[in-house]
Amino acid sequence: MAQTEPVSLDDELFREIILDHYRHPRHRGLLDPADMASHGHNPLCGDEVDLSLRVRGGQVEGVGFEGQGCSISMASTSMMSEEIQGKSLEQAHELIGRFRAMLLEGQDPSSLAGIGDLEALSGVRRYASRVKCAMLPWTTLEAGLKQLEGGHEPAGD
Amino acid sequence: MSALALDAERVRLDFPILAERVNGHRLVYLDSAASSQKPEVVIEAVSDYYRHANANVHRGVHALGERATELFESARTAVAGLVSADPRGVVFVRNTTEGINLVAQAFARERLGPADRIVCSEMEHHSNLVPWQRVRDQTGCQLAYIPVTPAGELDLEAAEALLRPPTRLLSVAHVSNVLGTINPVRELVRMAHREGITVCVDGAQAVPHMPVDLGELDADFYAFSGHKMCGPTGIGVLVGRPQLLEEMPPFLTGGSMISVVTLERTTWDEIPHKFEAGTPDIGGAAGLRAAVSYLESTGMEAVQGHGAALSDYAIEALSEVPGLTRYGPSGANQLGILSFNLSGVHPHDVGTVLDRYGVAVRAGHHCCQPLMRRLGVAATARASLYLYNTREDVDTLLEAIGEVRRIFSD
Repeated sequence: MAQTEPVSLDDELFREIILDHYRHPRHRGLLDPADMASHGHNPLCGDEVDLSLRVRGGQVEGVGFEGQGCSISMASTSMMSEEIQGKSLEQAHELIGRFRAMLLEGQDPSSLAGIGDLEALSGVRRYASRVKCAMLPWTTLEAGLKQLEGGHEPAGD
Repeated sequence: MSALALDAERVRLDFPILAERVNGHRLVYLDSAASSQKPEVVIEAVSDYYRHANANVHRGVHALGERATELFESARTAVAGLVSADPRGVVFVRNTTEGINLVAQAFARERLGPADRIVCSEMEHHSNLVPWQRVRDQTGCQLAYIPVTPAGELDLEAAEALLRPPTRLLSVAHVSNVLGTINPVRELVRMAHREGITVCVDGAQAVPHMPVDLGELDADFYAFSGHKMCGPTGIGVLVGRPQLLEEMPPFLTGGSMISVVTLERTTWDEIPHKFEAGTPDIGGAAGLRAAVSYLESTGMEAVQGHGAALSDYAIEALSEVPGLTRYGPSGANQLGILSFNLSGVHPHDVGTVLDRYGVAVRAGHHCCQPLMRRLGVAATARASLYLYNTREDVDTLLEAIGEVRRIFSD
């Protein structure tokens, strides 16, 4: 069946790097104690992400997550965790912005500096019903950072 | 009788949308439990109404007003005939959800208090669960659930224990939208009525697929949706025991449902009009009438026979897929709703790959989060069959599942 497809699903959506992160997630396991804890939930499909961050001097020193969901949401979480490890909070915010630009605004990933392996998720934008899967960890991170920077206690339910 | 009681290849031609190509493939529509496709005769009936009969009902003395009223009321008679009900008890609503909310608010909320109990089951669609939670919160009554067995059936012993005082109302699905289980509603109604318990049935997944005789079933309220039975969206049916409907206050108030209105007070119209405030979905009723006539000319026995034979065929094929777990019963107790998971693959990924091959299935919690918890899963993929599905459709589903396994194999 696959031969009849102009672009196969494997090339466009389920790229090997995505499946690899899905099967072998990086940074799995929540950090305790953590400076930031954030819970994200997609009520339409039931996907869930819990994200924990340790922050020292404005740098992300540690990232850990737990979650359940589809290959896209879990791979996106794993890849995001890898990318933000060691970055400054400012860089993390920039990355959230670039990822959003790639997925929601249709920007060419090659024009987005520092997008790295996350480019593999750019195929998701052609599947409207799956964009929210890829966005889940990023909106969860953004909400968590907002709380952290607002000086609130770590949240998480 | 042949193995398949109707010629699905010919039936398929009655449904224009099934000629659509999806992602370069023949459309294989296996999501009829969410919403069925519509035959040409239904599409035409809706269109004909707007072209030749459009006017408001129960008002005008002009020709179109009379045509519209006649069409609307003949739809009521047709629906009553399909399910063997008294037309005076057939109330047009938007969908099953609205029908159940009508019973919840105009019956249960009016009559129940803190000393009473409502019983549902763990397999209910949110539409037959959330309205009762609301009544519980409004009246202070209790709410209890009949458990689901590992085989995906209602635990009838537990049901019998629950169908006693202080239970005053049972509301249960005729057929599960996730498991395909046909529940023994006749038996449950007998148990309930012995104790004076009123019974409401969510018939959304039953009426489209099997003969339903409400005279024989003897439920007090029975709700279903037009769009799952080849009819348009926006019209559904609540059948109520006329005597109960007469005793009940209206659900919604306003135009159409009145007898005499003064500035001080209003008296209600006769049933069923008392429950049909405002201009109804007349075009929807015209479409539903055509859908009923389409199903009747095909024969509900044949529809059920086809569903059962195709369901057996699909269940056997699915049972041979390595790593596939199916949820729900087999055989005579199964109405062609096949929920499954593939090990190591999330159902949304299954759905996306299948769609790529033109196969439409539902993936998710199917508006049944408590049942998902009971099954110990977050979600499932669900293939649901209807009269226009063929063995070829099932074969394509199986091929596409093979693709899912290939993509996600380690």
